[in-house]
Amino acid sequence: MNSTTEHILLLTLGSFGILIAMTFLGEVLRAREEPGFNNPMLDTYMTRVQSWWGMVAFIGGALLLGRAGIMTLFAFASFAALREFLTLTAKAQADHLSLALAFFAVLPLQYVFVGLGWDGLYAIFIPVYAFLLLPIVSALRGNAKRFLMRVAETQWALMISVFCVSHVPALMNLEIFGYGERSLLLVAFLVMVVQLGDLLEYFFGRRIGRTRIAPGLSPKTWEGLFCGVISAMVIGGLLSWITPFGLWGAMIMAGVASLVGMFGSLVVAAIKRDRGVKDWSHLIPGQGGFVDQLDSVIFAAPIFYHLSKYFYG
Amino acid sequence: MKFLRQFAARIVGQSIRVFARAITAVRADWQGIEPVPRQRVYFANHTSNADMPMIWSVLPPALRRTVRPVAAADYWLKNKLRAFVGPEVFNCVLVDRRPEVKDKPMDKIIAALDEGSSLIIFPEGNRNMTDDPLLPFKAGLYNMGVARPDVDLVPTWVANLTAIMPKGEVIPLPLICTVTFGEPIHVKEGESKDAFLKRASDALIALAPEDRT
Repeated sequence: MNSTTEHILLLTLGSFGILIAMTFLGEVLRAREEPGFNNPMLDTYMTRVQSWWGMVAFIGGALLLGRAGIMTLFAFASFAALREFLTLTAKAQADHLSLALAFFAVLPLQYVFVGLGWDGLYAIFIPVYAFLLLPIVSALRGNAKRFLMRVAETQWALMISVFCVSHVPALMNLEIFGYGERSLLLVAFLVMVVQLGDLLEYFFGRRIGRTRIAPGLSPKTWEGLFCGVISAMVIGGLLSWITPFGLWGAMIMAGVASLVGMFGSLVVAAIKRDRGVKDWSHLIPGQGGFVDQLDSVIFAAPIFYHLSKYFYG
Repeated sequence: MKFLRQFAARIVGQSIRVFARAITAVRADWQGIEPVPRQRVYFANHTSNADMPMIWSVLPPALRRTVRPVAAADYWLKNKLRAFVGPEVFNCVLVDRRPEVKDKPMDKIIAALDEGSSLIIFPEGNRNMTDDPLLPFKAGLYNMGVARPDVDLVPTWVANLTAIMPKGEVIPLPLICTVTFGEPIHVKEGESKDAFLKRASDALIALAPEDRT
């Protein structure tokens, strides 16, 4: 067993430890309740913890399988996210072919390019080629009604669900001096700091949150955000041994990723508010859809990728 | 041989469900009603050949076992494959729509209800290819409601299939399909056919998501 595998096992077991504690806490709270009394807060909490178990198992398993595992997992996440996103966007029958191309050509090709490590191509394939060619396909069908809106919404769906999500597995392509084959661990680092930062942002926001960041959009508060980012930095520092960044570097990278992620989920909340939905879908019990669960990782991934490449690559 | 066919029918049924879930992540939204085993007639909008399999796929197993889609014999008996899938996988009540046929469709439907089955019907009669949300309902739903007043008539809206597979396209889009079940209705004392069909149609349209395109 090499050190990368060892570290992944350690991280997975560590996450299991946290989940065992969270499950235990929930069970204790439930046992202390009067029988027959229904506490919706506790039920939500327990459903979420169960979903977290599933997610940790999936990501841990994928990491242990290595490159192919992570590629498959995130390609599937992209598919699920794109499906959720395009279900809500403006479209006409004239877009049918370009939407089919988005699902069955653009998405797989992006992952093939990431898998092959062609970083020059996967950085521009969607924002240049897909963004210019798909509207041509739609325009050929000759329906001008709300054309710009249809095109723009499809493109944003691709940007968020495919381009951004694919930058999580793209982290495995980074060539960082002295870090070698271990760039797989950057995936674990990013997902862990961002998701744990989110969880603690939620927790602190509930406890001490006063000032809403965007009232009418999301219950997120500046206090919660601040505490969440600081927590993410501390966690980043604690995990610095799996990164090539060093202690301070890991803390700063974790802080930036978490901050971008939190504002990202604010953007996603604005889209949901606009479309009048509470969740993107119902695929993950207690968490809504894939976009709900991954919103912050989605926004953090390309930024984290480019900062890692720029400063350490 | 019979046993083998039944086994094959179950495998095909499961495959259809798994396929529907994998492609459209189809889900049930029980709005006015719980998924409990009561005798019901689910009446739904009809825009695509996939409507019925979608409704069938989201019903919980206990309900699916007792539900029988009412479908056109001319469609489901066209070839051997359909004759297997329609009557054996979906357990369809096949009705002949030709006016010259002796056995009236309603007799078969009432017989199925009297056996205790729930039904899935498409009261528009044909697939809706227009831009209107629904075509005018045929009288069947009213006749069922009058003949067996205890049975719940449940409006069932299948959303998004027109975007998933518009008419004339070949490749289906994997968008999320939602099946919404609304509050059951019954024919009121002395209610006329037209008044009831209007009320049923309104109850069904009320379940449609707001159109944003």
